[in-house]
Amino acid sequence: MSENALLETHDVRVRYHDTHDALRNINLTFCPGEVTALIGPSGCGKSTFLRCLNLMNREIPHCHIDGEIDYHGQNINTKKQNLYDVRRNIGMVFQSPNPFRKSIYDNIAFAPRQHGIKDRARLDEIVEQSLRRAALWDEVKDVLNKSAYALSGGQRQRLCIARTLAMNPEVVLMDEPCSALDPISTHAIEETIGAIKAEGICVIIVTHNIEQAARISDKTAFFLLGDCIEWNTTEVIFNNPHDQRTKDYLTGRFG
Amino acid sequence: MNDSTLVNNMPNRSATSSGTLHNRANGTRPQDSTRLTKGQIERGGKTLTGICVGIVLITLASLIVMVTAKGLSTFISDGISPIAFLTGQVWDPHTLDASGLPTVGALPMIVGSFAVTLLSCAIVIPFAVGSAIYAVEVNPRFGRRFFRPALELLVGIPSVVFGLVGLTILVPLIRNISGGTGYGILAGSLVLAVMVLPTVTSLVIDALESVPAPYRQSSAALGGTRWQTIWHIVLRSATPGILTAVVLGMARAFGEALAVQMVIGNAPAMPTSLTQPASTLTSILTMNMGNEAMNTVYNDVLWSLALILLVMSLIFILIVHFIGRKSEVKHD
Amino acid sequence: MTKSNGAETMKYSQRSIRHAQRNDKIATGVLTAIVAAIFVLLISLIVYIIASGANKAFDLQFLTSKPEQFKEGGGIGPELFNSFYLLVLTLLISLPLSLGAAIFLVEYAPDNEVTHAVKTAIEVLASLPSIVVGLFGFLLFVISFGWGFSILSGALALTIFNIPLLVRVIQQALESVPQSQRDAGLALGLSRWETTVHILLPCAMPAIITGVILSAGRVFGEAAALIYTAGQSAPALDFTNFNLSSYACPWNIWRPAETLAVHIWKINSEGVVPDLAAVSNGSAAVLMICVLLFNLLARWFGRHAERKLMSE
Repeated sequence: MSENALLETHDVRVRYHDTHDALRNINLTFCPGEVTALIGPSGCGKSTFLRCLNLMNREIPHCHIDGEIDYHGQNINTKKQNLYDVRRNIGMVFQSPNPFRKSIYDNIAFAPRQHGIKDRARLDEIVEQSLRRAALWDEVKDVLNKSAYALSGGQRQRLCIARTLAMNPEVVLMDEPCSALDPISTHAIEETIGAIKAEGICVIIVTHNIEQAARISDKTAFFLLGDCIEWNTTEVIFNNPHDQRTKDYLTGRFG
Repeated sequence: MNDSTLVNNMPNRSATSSGTLHNRANGTRPQDSTRLTKGQIERGGKTLTGICVGIVLITLASLIVMVTAKGLSTFISDGISPIAFLTGQVWDPHTLDASGLPTVGALPMIVGSFAVTLLSCAIVIPFAVGSAIYAVEVNPRFGRRFFRPALELLVGIPSVVFGLVGLTILVPLIRNISGGTGYGILAGSLVLAVMVLPTVTSLVIDALESVPAPYRQSSAALGGTRWQTIWHIVLRSATPGILTAVVLGMARAFGEALAVQMVIGNAPAMPTSLTQPASTLTSILTMNMGNEAMNTVYNDVLWSLALILLVMSLIFILIVHFIGRKSEVKHD
Repeated sequence: MTKSNGAETMKYSQRSIRHAQRNDKIATGVLTAIVAAIFVLLISLIVYIIASGANKAFDLQFLTSKPEQFKEGGGIGPELFNSFYLLVLTLLISLPLSLGAAIFLVEYAPDNEVTHAVKTAIEVLASLPSIVVGLFGFLLFVISFGWGFSILSGALALTIFNIPLLVRVIQQALESVPQSQRDAGLALGLSRWETTVHILLPCAMPAIITGVILSAGRVFGEAAALIYTAGQSAPALDFTNFNLSSYACPWNIWRPAETLAVHIWKINSEGVVPDLAAVSNGSAAVLMICVLLFNLLARWFGRHAERKLMSE
């Protein structure tokens, strides 16, 4: 649809155990430098959809993804696709902060090292750069060798974002990244999202918090019971939704 | 999974498999083609661990096949009737019976094995269930901090040590009280009971702990005393777990060799009293396997005893599965 | 849990409530007595075993000299060494195998019949009587492979005995690592193998090591699997002998090796050693002390590692 589309889904459908449809016919387009919020009540399939985009659903037994997921115009939802490359380019941040039980430095340097970067100076650079991008550098630069579990919840989540950014992804998927955090930490994360969006990264965020969607996203997609009901610019969704169900959800009639 | 040459020798594939994605000029992307790709690492890991599983499976399969083949040769090549073997009451392999075959009635040992197993479990059940209730319902703090570790310690005591203690304390004690030699099914059962107790108790504790708390609270809310709650609610819903614990305890008792062999007296005769020397399948095997040359009839017969042990342990597992499946159905 | 507040509204008479309360008290009393009995039994057992062998167990002469068959004053030197040597060999073989099998079951096994069969197989292996395992080792290693009564045959029999224990421990340890750690690794484009080796295993390590030490205690005390595999004789060892084909060389894996547990069983069933009681009590005390040390070590290590992993 959009000319500079980075990621596009065509009729994406997810089934568990061949029978139960978790998601039906999702057609969405995501562009660089754009934040898209996926909203909807619990169990509507928004997280399932998010986990399709970096093929994480492949890790769940009996979960089938049908349809096309085009990344740079190339379908990645194929058996032949190298999913490790997909996941390097399409990073993911999870609901509750899940740093590795390693030092702050190693949390970030671990994946680049596994991907073949052994040069210490280069790793130092990646660690500093990633932490700066996640607005965490100033807080942790003196304690890089401490365990990541010495950090507060909000810092841990920013560490997880930095860990993802260390791979230099083009897309960052976020699955309710603030749901376990206090308002101040949430604010810090939202600032970080704004900053990485400005770098041209495509951010797709699942959120329960409608105000958050309104604050940070350019586009919003509303999911309900496995269908994408409405997808438009955030402004339209919040001010003038076309579908009655979207309106009902946003005004708090269910969810 | 067909790929056992997972190491280093395949540098070419990395180029093809990473080429499918748009390659961006990016500092973090190594373009070192001699490294293994993630796909190769993954296949390697899967193969390596799959081989481990394969070894375990092959070991078990060959164990079952070899012991079965050896155990059946008594009946197939030596011509001893399985019925005579299983029901014969006289074990005297060095004398020939009327048909010119060795007299190898295994019934005394079979009865001995079942007797010590059942008796030891009869002794253990009240202690195991009682102490588990105490450790879960009455005093959970004590249960977690002291009782569980104590049980773990008891599990760790080697069976020969139990046998030795039985030999030096229990056998003389029984001899003084009831006369006779002191060796026999009673001594064997008591030693086994102490050995099996920690295993059964830990499993019963697991079963009781898995009873959902709301069950208890609702009973307490209706004014039930603690004992009423335990008796009518907790024990009832933990029954499958308790049964499983008992069956696993029986399996352990049935298969225990040395501790029993040291105190049972090893007389291969039909047991007529609890304090008379008797024998079990395991004790006869332990005593005699080394004494007979391979492939003699007597040796083959010993392997048939081993086969009975093997089959019994498979049956115990089947029973455990059966209990598990039944309780699953009930909960659904 | 007290029962009186709801009592008035209940349809029960005061008498039946008093009856129930009395039952409750009796039951609690009986349960307490049972637990006390088990504790007394356990403690007196351990104290008795160690006390009755203490004079020998702390006698360096006894711990290092070779056993005697027909006269007094024999020691358990070779047996003690054999026990530890067999334990180390067994762990060297069984640990990598169990680690691989457990990783396969937790991380790779597809949810199908084959996996189910493997899980059942491990359960069956765990429930096999150790004498049957020993006899199988006798049949396969000692006779079919022609290795004779040897350390190698014994170590392999103990491996079969130990694998189901270890696989279960490692499986539980891996399964208890939070799924979010696995997700984090995979989402960074790492393979499952790298995620398991570099992220999950370090997290699971305290539980694994604790389990390994506990299983070591079990292996150390095992005798039934060994009497027909590692044999019932202990050639005198010469620690200056490095000729790997000599029976006197301690490291020779082809020599027969009676362990401490087998020694206790054997001298008691033969009964020809004149100081039988002293030697077997001493050996039992040594065995018991070793097993206790394994247990304490496992406990201490588990707690220590847990704290280290959890702390900053």
